[in-house]
Amino acid sequence: MIDNHILAAIFVHLITAILQLIAWRKTITQRYLSVGGTFLALIVAIRLFEKVYTDGTLTLNASNWEAPFGIVFVADLLAVTLVLLTSIAGFAVSIFSTTGLSRQRMMYGYFPIFHFLLMGLIGAFLTGDIFNLYVWFEVIIISSFVLMTLGGRKAQLEGAIKYMALNILASMFFLTGIGILYGITGSLNMADLALKIQAVKNQTLIGITSIFFILGFGIKSAVFPLYYWLPSSYHTPPSAVAATFGGLLTKVGIYAMLRVFSLIFIPDEFTKQLLLVIAVLTILTGTLGALVKTNVRRLFSYLIVCHIGFMVGGLAMFTKIALMGTIFYLIHDIMVKTNMFLIAGVIRQLRGSMDLAKLGGIYGEYPKISLLIAIVLFSLVGIPPLSGFWPKIFLFQEAFGQGQYFFVAALIVGSLATLYVIAQLWSEVFWKNPPDPSVLENKFEPMPLFKKILLVLPVAILAGASLYIGLYAEGVVQVADRISNELIDTTPYIEAVLGPKR
Amino acid sequence: MRSTILQTATRYLLPILLLFSVFLLLRGHYFPGGGFVGGLVASIAFVLHSFANGAEASMKIMRRKPLSLIPIGLGLAVLSVIIPTFFGYPPMTGLWLEEKFPVIGSVGTALFFDIGVYLVVLGVVLTILFTISLTQD
Repeated sequence: MIDNHILAAIFVHLITAILQLIAWRKTITQRYLSVGGTFLALIVAIRLFEKVYTDGTLTLNASNWEAPFGIVFVADLLAVTLVLLTSIAGFAVSIFSTTGLSRQRMMYGYFPIFHFLLMGLIGAFLTGDIFNLYVWFEVIIISSFVLMTLGGRKAQLEGAIKYMALNILASMFFLTGIGILYGITGSLNMADLALKIQAVKNQTLIGITSIFFILGFGIKSAVFPLYYWLPSSYHTPPSAVAATFGGLLTKVGIYAMLRVFSLIFIPDEFTKQLLLVIAVLTILTGTLGALVKTNVRRLFSYLIVCHIGFMVGGLAMFTKIALMGTIFYLIHDIMVKTNMFLIAGVIRQLRGSMDLAKLGGIYGEYPKISLLIAIVLFSLVGIPPLSGFWPKIFLFQEAFGQGQYFFVAALIVGSLATLYVIAQLWSEVFWKNPPDPSVLENKFEPMPLFKKILLVLPVAILAGASLYIGLYAEGVVQVADRISNELIDTTPYIEAVLGPKR
Repeated sequence: MRSTILQTATRYLLPILLLFSVFLLLRGHYFPGGGFVGGLVASIAFVLHSFANGAEASMKIMRRKPLSLIPIGLGLAVLSVIIPTFFGYPPMTGLWLEEKFPVIGSVGTALFFDIGVYLVVLGVVLTILFTISLTQD
């Protein structure tokens, strides 16, 4: 069904960014615009989700060019779910940024770039054209590169160079893959590609091409041999920026993998084995990294890597239940990981440090905030009624059913290590007495009340979303169920784009 | 070092180059040319002026900061993208007026998109160049 309004969220962010450029250097106006813009985008995203959930996949032919020739935007359930989650995370980060960020960074255009980044993310989720996906990836990379270097501290530049070098390499692999694909089939529309690829005689060539996509998206989503740029760059930018990156950027890689490997390349035995090996190793390396780190944000960075492995593993098994696990985990992970970095920012405001050895005693001073944070940490670990628990059931069930015992073992190790790391974090940061209270500076206490609220409210919003996902798991499972059906049987997607079978 | 020859030549070249950039912009839609090239040629005109007279003098004849051209250009481009949706077409559809204007030719949303690109390119190039040349002094 054609609907001309599915791009509304993109335009909301674009127009917000333009208005903020007009209000260049007027940081207070920019703050109001940013919160207003992300709120409007959230409402638009909710409406789009409702519409797609009831009416099915919507499409839009940009410039009024018919589907296989022009660029088409497709809002299927997977895309709109991610748009919705991005909008929730964007709204929370935007509120947090109003107080959690130095005025210096706002002067140099933090807010406009932040909105360009969100626009790029939403565009990447909605597009139905593989070259257009590449273009959105570029929008994301360029915005994220500016955000990462904004402020220009030495550590930031060092992290940014690693980040940019690896991401440009990823884009090159991705672009090469697209080039070969276009050479073979003569099409860039993903639905059209799905049909044309099946008719290609030389399936080995298709298999080799798919490796380019695994490499490209693998670097972006930080899987095993290609992950090391992530922990060495995510601890450098301010927490508000790291929250957007940690929650959303690696997940775009996972989304792209889900899309490309369900629609264009149907994974064969070799690809499945490859992805499964990658998943197991990603979980193990992420775990080992998280166990030894003593800085809160470095530790969270390794946990991101670890949990990316869970999702890749679900994709590798490629059955309905495994995909449900992956999608549920994706939904849960975006909310929790964004929140983790916001929490790191709150801890920094409370204590002026992120080093585990120096921190301590937050629970004694701020029991309410600590309990709020505890909800998030419990969700991450996956204590039963909370959101991290449900997707793991699906993953365990399917891995046992298929007899993938290495993956089962990796899941167990990964979950236990997450539990251990979080328990250690809790005791170090919240319970123990700080070894030397005089070195700690509390920026939080002298703040006026509304600023305190602005810092804690986003954590509460995202914690609420996590609670909702956990306690109302039935609804989320239904969404995940429908998405995984759409991923396995792609005919509705193809028919929505190209029209009924001719 | 100021060269009288360059300064005198620039006085005539600046308007000609600007006119040429507008010509490229209007030629755009169906022939080689368009907003991007036009914007580059226009920014070259100002760069030439800044070579001859110094960056401060160029900033003065620009009247406003080049940075402020970027949101205006982006806004114009976004408007031209959104307008078709009010007539029930998908975004970015090219809508054209029936009769042609003298000199300008056909007027449509694509023209406004090109003007937007022209302003953004001009703004970005000049912002970068002026920032570099003014910090060196």
